[in-house]
Amino acid sequence: MSETARLWRTFRKNRTAFVGAVIAIVVILVAIFAPLIAPYDPLDQDVYHRLLSPQRGHLLGTDNFGRDSLSRIIYGARVSLIVGVCSVLIGMVVGTSLGIIAAMKGGKAENLIMRTVDVLMSFPNLIMGLMVMAILGSGMGKLIIAIGIIMAPRFARITHAPTLAIKEQDYITAARALGFSDLRVIFRHALPNVLGEVLVMGTLWTATAIRIEANLSFIGLGVPPPTPTWGGIIREGMDYLSNASWISLFSGVAILITVLSFNMLGDGIRDIIDPHITHGV
Amino acid sequence: MGSYLVRRILLAIPILFAVLTLVFLLVRVAPGDPAVAALGDYASKEAVEALREKMGLNAPLYVQYFQFLGGLFRGDLGRSLINSRPVASQIASAFPYTLELTASGIILGSLFGILLGILTALRRNRLVDYIGRVFSLVGLSVPAFYLGILLLLIFSIKFNLFPVVGGGDLSNFGETLYYLFLPALTLALIMMSYITRMTRSSILNILNEDYVRTARAKGLRERLVIYKHVLRNALLPVLSVVGMFSIVLIGSSVMTEVVFSRPGLGKMMVGAMKQRDYITLQSIMVIFSSLVVFINLITDLAYGFTDPRIRYD
Repeated sequence: MSETARLWRTFRKNRTAFVGAVIAIVVILVAIFAPLIAPYDPLDQDVYHRLLSPQRGHLLGTDNFGRDSLSRIIYGARVSLIVGVCSVLIGMVVGTSLGIIAAMKGGKAENLIMRTVDVLMSFPNLIMGLMVMAILGSGMGKLIIAIGIIMAPRFARITHAPTLAIKEQDYITAARALGFSDLRVIFRHALPNVLGEVLVMGTLWTATAIRIEANLSFIGLGVPPPTPTWGGIIREGMDYLSNASWISLFSGVAILITVLSFNMLGDGIRDIIDPHITHGV
Repeated sequence: MGSYLVRRILLAIPILFAVLTLVFLLVRVAPGDPAVAALGDYASKEAVEALREKMGLNAPLYVQYFQFLGGLFRGDLGRSLINSRPVASQIASAFPYTLELTASGIILGSLFGILLGILTALRRNRLVDYIGRVFSLVGLSVPAFYLGILLLLIFSIKFNLFPVVGGGDLSNFGETLYYLFLPALTLALIMMSYITRMTRSSILNILNEDYVRTARAKGLRERLVIYKHVLRNALLPVLSVVGMFSIVLIGSSVMTEVVFSRPGLGKMMVGAMKQRDYITLQSIMVIFSSLVVFINLITDLAYGFTDPRIRYD
């Protein structure tokens, strides 16, 4: 059996990873095909049908502008996923590079990079996100940068220590002795060794990033209205909690399911890569 | 132990300074003129310039930096750009609300999390384990503000058991608890899900250790094996995680305060952010980040006390 087939079998057998992957893929498809799936335009207002409870025609009800909640939630998946995935990718590329460079170079460069990481990680994620968004202003690109800034130090930290250990291995010394450039040694020899952990944490932190995005949108520091975002929909529904709780409720369920699926997927992949650790769920 | 203590405390000082410097710089690179923010967009150029001079914004950056640090040492955090009141006194009145919320969330969440973690690990693959695992996975995934809204909806709006918003009068213990219950429950449930998961995996890892097998093989009673060999060793890593998640919880407390309109630091911070009150914002950031450096310090020290190996590093 080939290596890919073996991995696929292990993956199929790991229920957590499999269910997580299926849900995540469904959410991604919903986001991509939002215009085809959504029954209404998410921005279409209809003052005669405000605050309708869930019913035929409006499966998840309507909001205070008469906009269809289901359509808004379907479109909201786009912002959450784009921001979640892109910010983690930025954090992954920048953080992993810095972590590996710090470990390989050593000396002052290492000190500077890793102490900066310590300082950046001294702020709780959300507070860092709030602060950076307050400085940058709202918008999707800025949101991606803000959450990317939160993610980068984490990737630097998880790649730094294992690279330090690898650095002393004979094959790295050999590669260097053969006169290979630093970049080649890093990409061909150091990076593959930390890639597994980076991918697992990347999946788990995508869940975190989506949650941070929801938080910032809820505060009103995310993508500005009228673009539907899950956090924003919940905020808008807050004023109608007592008479139209569905506005906030269903959007929250969307966040919960999406974050849960990425967490399950990340956990499952970790169990497959490192079966000795019993990480819980 | 003494030298470890001193070394660790000395290490916290440069980190604290770096954090303070970062806060200072972040606020300085923020767009918009604080003087304009204070006076409004229609203020005359002269008025803005006069206020800039008064606020010390025309001084070179390094002078402003030392003024900022000097102010911190004297406990002078400046005046709010919005209401001109001293920020220090506003923080002093808001801080207790945040402290009681986060402290009760951390303590209750850790306590019940450890208990549930032990229970799920020792009853692995039984019903309680499945429930515990689903609970912690959901708890890890739900944003604090949404959990808060759910609790608000059920307990305050539907059953009318608790107040919808506010913080209550702190001098009245009963009222404090009444207002604290739902926000604290929100944070405690989230903390509990983290800690349950960590405790469970830590115990399961220890159960596989050779010394546990040896203890069982020599005929030690199961109870003793669990108490003396498993729990003592398993709870040590949980301790460091309590510190780590306490920091996460500080972030969640901001959102919880916003949902429940508690007059704490988090709500004050979000308000300052929306009104572009940089002086207040800067001060709250200083408080939050100092708190994080402090929690990290305490965690490391507690770790040093409980694990003798660490001190000799």
